[in-house]
Amino acid sequence: MKPRKLEESVFKVLMIASITLVFSVLAGIIIVIVVRGASSLNLSMLIQTPEGGYYLGKGGGIANAIVGSLYLAFGASLISFLLGLPIAFALQKEYLSPRLAHVTRLSLDILWGTPSIVYGAFGFIIMVYLGLRASLLGGIITLSLLMLPIMTRSIEEVIRMTPSELKEISYALGTTRIETTIKVVLRQALPGIVTGILLAFGRGIGDTASILFTAGYTDYIPRSLFDPVASLPLAVFFQVATPIPEVQNRAYASALILLVIVLLISLGSRLLSGRCSRHIVK
Amino acid sequence: MLLAVAFANSIVILIVLGLFIKSMPILAKKSILHLLLSSSWHPLKGEYGFYPFIIGTLEVTGIAMILAVPICLLSAIYLSEYAHRRFRELARVVIDIMAAIPSVIYGLWGVIVVVPFVRTLGKALDTPTTGYSLLAGGIILAIMVSPIIISVSMEVLRTVPVQARETTLALGTTKWEAIKHVVLRSALHGIFSAIVLGFARAFGETIAVLMIVGNVPKVASSIFDPAYPLPALLANNYGEMMSIPLYNSALLLSALILLIVVGVFNITAHLTFMRIEKR
Repeated sequence: MKPRKLEESVFKVLMIASITLVFSVLAGIIIVIVVRGASSLNLSMLIQTPEGGYYLGKGGGIANAIVGSLYLAFGASLISFLLGLPIAFALQKEYLSPRLAHVTRLSLDILWGTPSIVYGAFGFIIMVYLGLRASLLGGIITLSLLMLPIMTRSIEEVIRMTPSELKEISYALGTTRIETTIKVVLRQALPGIVTGILLAFGRGIGDTASILFTAGYTDYIPRSLFDPVASLPLAVFFQVATPIPEVQNRAYASALILLVIVLLISLGSRLLSGRCSRHIVK
Repeated sequence: MLLAVAFANSIVILIVLGLFIKSMPILAKKSILHLLLSSSWHPLKGEYGFYPFIIGTLEVTGIAMILAVPICLLSAIYLSEYAHRRFRELARVVIDIMAAIPSVIYGLWGVIVVVPFVRTLGKALDTPTTGYSLLAGGIILAIMVSPIIISVSMEVLRTVPVQARETTLALGTTKWEAIKHVVLRSALHGIFSAIVLGFARAFGETIAVLMIVGNVPKVASSIFDPAYPLPALLANNYGEMMSIPLYNSALLLSALILLIVVGVFNITAHLTFMRIEKR
């Protein structure tokens, strides 16, 4: 074989080996978590809150963490959606000057890359300033900051795809900017909104570092915004650190529940965004 | 709408400002150089040397990048240039799933799989180790940054025009030669940015690393030794240390350092992508 052909073959083998490695690592992660988690998962884990002596291996479940995580992620998704949608709308060229739009996109990208532990520390400063304890509200505020850039950028990506002719037709009918935005652009942005919400929700429900100081942890399901709240990632984190095997097994089960939620969201966003884009003008 | 935009922009400034004000007390007491270069970490004695933590972060991130970059680039080139369209779509799904998995699950997998693996490896190489080490942290981080490096560099490679490939192939080159001399060369900036983004992600990753890197505040002498990266320091100690104001301030300074380093990397990547988009 000629050396240049040989070089191509060598690199092709390396490439296939690399991609196989990446795929098998993912498979390995899912298989290990499912196998380990499934063996200690049972119904009472899903529907009970921890009983006395739970952390020594006695009875109870992690319903507090499941419900807590859902509260946190729903609350934060709602806030970041209410903030993110107007920002995404404003980034259109009708509203913001190119320079300001550029700066805003840069800000959002910086926020997107900011480590979640930094959000956690910042959230805690804000809470101390406001006189809040670690609570559901604190966790929701911190998480919504973390979700905001994800939400906004994915909605904006889709809004930017809106054909300018479509908007021009709408303007030619004598509509105002806001009418066009709500009646035309919003409909076009629907798939982006769905993906954005689900992406942000998935990121939020799995994030640990940002709620470590801000949401606290409790064995009870919170009854008000000012109660501390348990969460699945922290349930995994705390339970795996104990030396008791029964409790460690529950960490695996909690991880499995979290993994299933995240995977469902990831697949769901694919299906839904495909479905919502049926009526989109391209 | 304008209010929301103003909020998004001011939040960046607020975070930097908030962390800076909170780290003023320690900066007033000690010079920043002393804090960064001293390796004596004894908060109760009032000594706050960040050196071991900074080195720990750099080392664990460095190991991750050494492991991840070649594998990710080869994968991205394969997916973009050689793979069938359907396989590429499948790979996108796989990569999206990898990106969606929460870091605590990576950490747990690290504890179950990577740590025993490193322990066995250490035994085989005659360096006894608990497995909770720089190498274990680096392996997990490498896995965690793969989706971002692969997907971004794949997108960048796809932006290279087909004509560029075809013109080169018409000169009688092999496909690999066309990729090496033309495609990779014109995608160089974008690929660099993909790596920068991966680096930034790895630099700030907290929970997964914290769970497996061992958390010993000493500069490691080999990759089988434990280390203590900055984010882990923050996560382990912040919140409980309100009673010692200077300690609190030192921890928030570490958050500020993280934010600035990661911020600079992200801005670099952002500006490069803007330039590519304009072309």
